[in-house]
Amino acid sequence: MFRTALRNVLAHKARLLMTVLAVMLGVAFVSGTLVFTNTLSAALEKQSAKGFDHVDVAVTPDFKEAEGDKVGEVQELTRALVDDSARVPGAAQAIGIVTGFTAIADRDGKLIGNGFQSQGGNYWGTEDPRYPLVGGHAPKGEGEILIDSATAERTGYEVGDTVRMSVDGPVLEPVIAGIFTTDDGNVAAGGSLTLFDTASAQKLFGKAGTFDEIAVKAKDGVSQAALRAQLEKALPSGVVETTTGAELADEQAETIASSMSGLKQGLLVFAGIALFVGTFIIANTFTMLVAQRTRELALMRAVGASRRQVTRSVLIEAFVVGAVAAVAGLLAGVGIGVGLRSLMGTLGATVPDGPLVVSPGTIGTAFAVGVLVTMLAAWLPGRRAAKIPPVAAMSSVHAKATTKSLVLRNTLGALFSAAGVAVVLAATTMKGSDGQAPMGIGAVLLITGVFILTPLLSRPLIAAAAPVLRVFGMPGKLARQNSVRNPRRTAATASALMIGLTLITGMTVAAGSLQKSIDKMAAAAIEADYVVSMRNGNALSPDVERKLRQTDGVTATSPMRTAVSRIDGRTEYLTGVNGATFDDLTEFETLSGAFEVGGTRVVADEATAKSYGWKAGSSFTVAYEDGRKQKLTVAGLYQGNDMMSGIMIDTATLAPHESEPADMMVMVKTADGASGAVKESLEKALGTNPGIQVQDRKDLSNEIAQMFTLMLNMLYGLLAMAVIVAVLGVINTLAMSVFERSQEIGLLRAIGLDRKGIKRMVRLESLVISLFGGVLGIGLGVFFGWAAGELMGTRMATYELVLPWGRMAVFLLLAALVGVLAALWPARRAARLNMLQAIKAE
Amino acid sequence: MTTAPIADRTTAVAARATDLSKIYGQGETQVVALDRVSVGFRQAEFTAIMGPSGSGKSTLMHCVAGLDTFSSGSVRIGETELGSLKDKQLTRLRRDKIGFIFQAFNLLPTLSALENITLPMDIAGRKPDQQWLDTVIRMVGLSDRLSHRPSQLSGGQQQRVAVARALASRPDIIFGDEPTGNLDSRSGAEVLGFLRNSVRELGQTVVMVTHDPVAAAYADRVIFLADGRIVDEVYGPTADSVLDRMKRFDAKGRTS
Repeated sequence: MFRTALRNVLAHKARLLMTVLAVMLGVAFVSGTLVFTNTLSAALEKQSAKGFDHVDVAVTPDFKEAEGDKVGEVQELTRALVDDSARVPGAAQAIGIVTGFTAIADRDGKLIGNGFQSQGGNYWGTEDPRYPLVGGHAPKGEGEILIDSATAERTGYEVGDTVRMSVDGPVLEPVIAGIFTTDDGNVAAGGSLTLFDTASAQKLFGKAGTFDEIAVKAKDGVSQAALRAQLEKALPSGVVETTTGAELADEQAETIASSMSGLKQGLLVFAGIALFVGTFIIANTFTMLVAQRTRELALMRAVGASRRQVTRSVLIEAFVVGAVAAVAGLLAGVGIGVGLRSLMGTLGATVPDGPLVVSPGTIGTAFAVGVLVTMLAAWLPGRRAAKIPPVAAMSSVHAKATTKSLVLRNTLGALFSAAGVAVVLAATTMKGSDGQAPMGIGAVLLITGVFILTPLLSRPLIAAAAPVLRVFGMPGKLARQNSVRNPRRTAATASALMIGLTLITGMTVAAGSLQKSIDKMAAAAIEADYVVSMRNGNALSPDVERKLRQTDGVTATSPMRTAVSRIDGRTEYLTGVNGATFDDLTEFETLSGAFEVGGTRVVADEATAKSYGWKAGSSFTVAYEDGRKQKLTVAGLYQGNDMMSGIMIDTATLAPHESEPADMMVMVKTADGASGAVKESLEKALGTNPGIQVQDRKDLSNEIAQMFTLMLNMLYGLLAMAVIVAVLGVINTLAMSVFERSQEIGLLRAIGLDRKGIKRMVRLESLVISLFGGVLGIGLGVFFGWAAGELMGTRMATYELVLPWGRMAVFLLLAALVGVLAALWPARRAARLNMLQAIKAE
Repeated sequence: MTTAPIADRTTAVAARATDLSKIYGQGETQVVALDRVSVGFRQAEFTAIMGPSGSGKSTLMHCVAGLDTFSSGSVRIGETELGSLKDKQLTRLRRDKIGFIFQAFNLLPTLSALENITLPMDIAGRKPDQQWLDTVIRMVGLSDRLSHRPSQLSGGQQQRVAVARALASRPDIIFGDEPTGNLDSRSGAEVLGFLRNSVRELGQTVVMVTHDPVAAAYADRVIFLADGRIVDEVYGPTADSVLDRMKRFDAKGRTS
């Protein structure tokens, strides 16, 4: 049996080629994902372990939970505690660490890295073991800094250069005192690290006299656990927490692993989609191979092979095909893994070096996936093969393609589709996250249903294309008839394309609608011309608002200041605004009372008010950060949104209670409205600060749009694999059809259809099948996009469905392109058929 | 047995092969399928080509019909020399000037009987001559089967559709490659009757390859091929005379 199966595989090499390619692509995707994520996490783990070389025990401040009217509070790590730590018998050294956001500009004044990777810290004493200097000397005072060697290399800065930098507002222009090397993961990932002397760092980061962490190094021969025990005894309890370096490394490794597994799962979902699409091709191929070999299989039955043996021979064939594809896919996957790493490198993210990890798990998965998927897909055709009666060997005619009635299939498909639509529709009426699971189930049901129904749908939909095809004369007519000759095959081929396009269209519709609604939300509530904020989302110094207010042409400013408080024993974040101007800068819908902020009068959004049971005119008592209390009155209720909500209070009321005012952003209105010149003057007023961004409403929209574009492009890239597999499917089907219909093609050639006509016939058939899949996919995608939008819309007042007609047209063109490309090779083959042999071949 | 010289009895010749050779392969494996064959097919004549397997009878027909290329010599359909034609021109010639009836698989399964009959004209984008079409359809007796698909027709009916298709475009010449090879004797007789009628009544020219003496007896003339050469020719054949001639082949084959 095995030998027969193997012979069959070898005999049908060409016909199995597309199947092997399809399985190979899926396996390559899976193993590429595994290789890439394994390699990356191994490298990251190695690096993070290195990062804890200087820490045997980390001492961090304890956090005191909020209680009653008291807000939560972080304990302070003082210099005294550092000294205490250093005096512990097992300690060789204790370093106080303080960190914060530090933006540093390159020679053109542009921020280095993106805001989230711009870090700052302190250089301990005259020789910090964490940061070996490669040039210059330790920094002294606010006028001197150190930069990391990677940043120095990138920007060309040298010791002695003056750089522009900022921490939370004012621009500083210190001199580079030295350059150091570091294993810091953030730097390895393309960020920058700027170091000050300890006192300056504490002052700049607003942590005068305190530290974020104390890193204690053990003496030789003292274990981390022993050192930790000593430290716990020596340091006041309730103020500090201690963690050993090993624990830190473990925690880090766990974080890396979990973030990697998220990435891995995300990628594997798309690999799964590609593989799923691939199963259609495999099933198609084996169905056709079995049909073509009817007589051969019947002969085997006639000479004594049992049904099971026939099925097994088909499955063994599938096994061989799957195994070959798995090997090829694994090799390609290793290539993809390497490629992804260098791709990330070129995208700016510096990926830590490390050996390529191809684990036994990866190899096993590749084989299991390749072989199982192929054998599963070949199982039904294999069973069909076993049902061929031995007498079929005697009949001279080819067994016709299965003409089994589609009644059962259509009934089943209709049931699935109806259930799917019903569940999806029901889900759209549910609230937010409750609807997600039903919607997913409904989507799967509907896609399954439509897939089962595609043979039925193919006739009317393809008939609708008849007027267009008539333009192409006889080849057009033949193409249309050929495409509905075997509805099952056409359906499986078109479905492969449909699935990819459903996902692509659905995501495009949902993302486009979401983008529009977020955009509207951002634009609807803000009436200011500009919004000024820190690039990494950190707080701005109040100094920034003062400077902006004094700038020429500025008519109104207001900060959005976050202040923690306790109300009714709950932690509540108040938003401090400039009560006098805030109404001019924003546009909230007032639901009741008046939008009036000032003194003890505040406004609250509907949801917050509801949670406390307030109405316009209600009063409540607030306990501020410093513990003092005040009675406030709710002047009015407004309609909040996802970007702005909560209790708005005047900054003047808030000011006496705050130790470190933190402005999340500042809104600015100018006399002349938004323009390039005004923007420049604002930026100039802030000293062209690399850490601060001044955005008008269009910038905000663009930022949102950019985010969505990036996300969509990534999804498109991932789904492209499913589309490529679908193309292979169309090629496969056409090649098989050309093979099966070679007699007809020979006849057509003999009675006068030229090569061009034959080519056109095959191409048009391909086009019809692809567009059929495309129309189904885009239709389903729009439905899912709409449904997902309805679900999101329940949480978003500004939600509105946006149908991306342009994109949809592009997708349809893409489907057409798939058809044209897929037909290239089969059409050539058909045109080159030797007509005499084709006619004679029985 | 009349062995007339291979010369024209009338001046109008529908197709003619002159010194036609077809050689497969090279050197030691060389096979001569046709060896300098010269033959003419007169208008309004029904010619049968006979010969043992491998005699080159099918090859001769394929070459004259523009289905196959030849190694040397010349083939003319009417005034057109085939040797100089490109594939595209050859295809057009087959479409417009030649009708075909094959042994099996003559029809496209997706098209109805009528659509199959008008297929060559549809490919050319020409409207069929309705009166002529009706005449042909009536002659082959398919009037009530026109909307049927080939799978709904019997083998004999299918071949009758093929005959109608060959006749419908009024070609200069019709070639049949064992047109009755797959039919029972009654259906075969019907099809051959139609072919003979088309020659007698409509002035059609028909050339048919066959190995069946009964079929050959319907022809006006029978050409015998052996080893790629024309070895004999019989006018006004009967089944018995053809069979006798064939027997002599066998005897000769056995004794030589």
